[in-house]
Amino acid sequence: MPLILTDEEKMLKEAANEFLASNSSLKSFRKLRDNNYQSFDQDLWKGMIEMGWTALTIPEAYGGLDFGYTGLGQILEETGKTLAKSPLISSILFSATAIRLCDNENLKSKWLPELMKGNILMALALDEKAHFDPNNINSTAKLSGNKYVINGKKKMVLDGSNADYFIVVVNEANMTSFFLIDVKSKGIEIKSDILMDTGEYSSVVFNKVSVASENKLNIKTNGDSILQSLLNITSAGLASEMLGSMQAAFEKTMDYIKEREQFGNKIGKNQSLQHRAALLFCEIELCKSIVLKALKAIDNDETKKIEFSHLAKAKLGEVLKLTTNEAIQMHGGIGVTDDADIGFYLKRARVIQHLMGDKNYHLNCIAKIKGY
Amino acid sequence: MDTKLNIDLENFRLETRAWLEVNCPASMRKPIKDSSEMFWGGRNPEFTSQDQKIWFENMLEKKWIVPYWEKKYGGGGLSAEENIILTQEMSRLGCRRPLFSFGIAMLGPALLKFATEEQKLNYLPEIVEGKIWWCQGYSEPGAGSDLAGLQTKAEDMGEYYLINGSKVWTTYANKADWMFCLVRTDNKVSKHNGISFILIDMSTKGVSVRPIKLISGKSPFCETFFENVRVPKSNLVGNLNEGWTIAKYLLSHERKMIGGVGVTETKKEVHELAKLNLECSSGQLNNSLLRADIAKFEMDETIFELTIQRIIDEDKSGKKASQLSSFFKYYGTELNIKREELLIQIGGNNSLVWTPTEENDGNAARKFCRSKGNTIEGGTSEIQLNIIAKRILNLPT
Repeated sequence: MPLILTDEEKMLKEAANEFLASNSSLKSFRKLRDNNYQSFDQDLWKGMIEMGWTALTIPEAYGGLDFGYTGLGQILEETGKTLAKSPLISSILFSATAIRLCDNENLKSKWLPELMKGNILMALALDEKAHFDPNNINSTAKLSGNKYVINGKKKMVLDGSNADYFIVVVNEANMTSFFLIDVKSKGIEIKSDILMDTGEYSSVVFNKVSVASENKLNIKTNGDSILQSLLNITSAGLASEMLGSMQAAFEKTMDYIKEREQFGNKIGKNQSLQHRAALLFCEIELCKSIVLKALKAIDNDETKKIEFSHLAKAKLGEVLKLTTNEAIQMHGGIGVTDDADIGFYLKRARVIQHLMGDKNYHLNCIAKIKGY
Repeated sequence: MDTKLNIDLENFRLETRAWLEVNCPASMRKPIKDSSEMFWGGRNPEFTSQDQKIWFENMLEKKWIVPYWEKKYGGGGLSAEENIILTQEMSRLGCRRPLFSFGIAMLGPALLKFATEEQKLNYLPEIVEGKIWWCQGYSEPGAGSDLAGLQTKAEDMGEYYLINGSKVWTTYANKADWMFCLVRTDNKVSKHNGISFILIDMSTKGVSVRPIKLISGKSPFCETFFENVRVPKSNLVGNLNEGWTIAKYLLSHERKMIGGVGVTETKKEVHELAKLNLECSSGQLNNSLLRADIAKFEMDETIFELTIQRIIDEDKSGKKASQLSSFFKYYGTELNIKREELLIQIGGNNSLVWTPTEENDGNAARKFCRSKGNTIEGGTSEIQLNIIAKRILNLPT
């Protein structure tokens, strides 16, 4: 299978690029931030739903388009370019995927269409520590009568304060389980943090929260393998956004060094900058390949999808960090002012490279898989 | 796709597989250990084994030395699809290349694009038959990175060109029969516009060669000197003073080769070698810093291979990718250097041995030293970055 986009995927990407160019910009990103860190723009979100983006990864049986993650990846790459804020990651990439991977048919047919239409929002409650460590979940679920009791403390719950439901990942008798829990349930306490990317990330305490057994998402399917698949998909999806941000930050920087003059010359004439720019170009070429490969491997259910997803998140983390650092440095003084937009990419980069595991986390996973 | 065509191709695959099974000797299906196991042909061909000779002759008779050239030039006349199938089947069995040749990979493409029909019919079949060993005369003592500054001159003497000057880094000039060479034919115009591409018989009076020894202790490289060498005017390829166009075309081929594009040889993964040489606890390397270096290296190695695949696929679908040859050359060679550095670290004492013993052939240290040339030959890494900055990123000059 060739490592290129199909014609349909190309058209989708082009349409997304056009839509975002006229409906989302760094100006609106700045406006949301200055408006007390507003989570997202409702009109933009409605537009995204109308464009069908929330339906791309939902199976046809639940009213979706079943277009695949390569498609959603193209959308996320485009939103990464303009840093467009929306629940696309928290509600669709994270939550709808988690539900889709599980086998509770009642919950799937009830909630997947609702998520797709944007009628409700969900947030994934997975992290518990300062560092990503999905193999050591301390939150627990215990069956008591026909209900489960959930206890635990969750962190980095993206868009947690806007959500109607949490998808909570817990340890149930040393196996992973997934629960769908109403945010208004008794025993839930939510605290919000605004992180440096202007995003809202909640810390959520579950204190003896009682959940009906019908709200357990995984019935027969092994929760550990659902979690593995979920992590592959979220890694590849986040890497897609990172690819978009990196290309935009690089392009803006190239434009800048072609215009800015010092000592009577464009600064981009300096070989010291040219070589660093060329090096970034090479690294970005590598990033394009691994993101596309990871997405395709997921859609085609290739055996190496686990390795490629880890590689995508690791490589993109590395190169996005390099690109945004270089972008600031090449902009010079203006780069460290709030007036310039380039700093937004740096701040988003630091959060997204950390979200769902950084480069070291993912490289360590690959080394373990390969047995060294 | 056409069903009949599909069936034909499938038959071709089966026939190819069966033919290779019968005609490729077992020892020719093992990876090549070093350059001494390569067959280069030439006026005085040296086969290092009977199997090597059989394999070459079988492939020659089958017209599969250069399967994708037209039959009138000695090629096999295979379609692009058939050629892919042949390549796949050869790599499936691990078949060696029957003939190593700069004629096939570098001169051939230039002749096909720029030479007269008479020249093509004259030179191409000899390349295929391995009768002539070609070498490349580009770099000069004063023209390395700045190749267009070359000074070896060819004066028009009416009936012939008179050549004077010298070349350096000419691979296997001491063994080659002919050289394709860049010479200055006009020094009154700008440097790029006064260069021509000419073919020189190395046995001509006035040509002399001196091998160069490298830091690795061996080398295929030479210096070549021209003192009043007379070359027939019919040996000029393309138009007079338009040699730079041909040179650039060929350099992009060379960069793809050095950068590793199209190399099917499978190398052992670095982490496997590390596990053989270093201590582990419960399957994990104890040296965690080296382990991290290996993980980072293998990440880039895997993704670089995917990138080659992606760009070839984009090329096939009609997107122009040829300008990326500088990227391939730069990244591929930088990776190879990192690989050799890691292997030296992993091998410890064993990889430092220089003089061969019964237990240790000393190749690790020599390969390490040789790799240092990768980011210099064929245009230094810095030159590649310049090209990317100017031609792809359009940064100001």
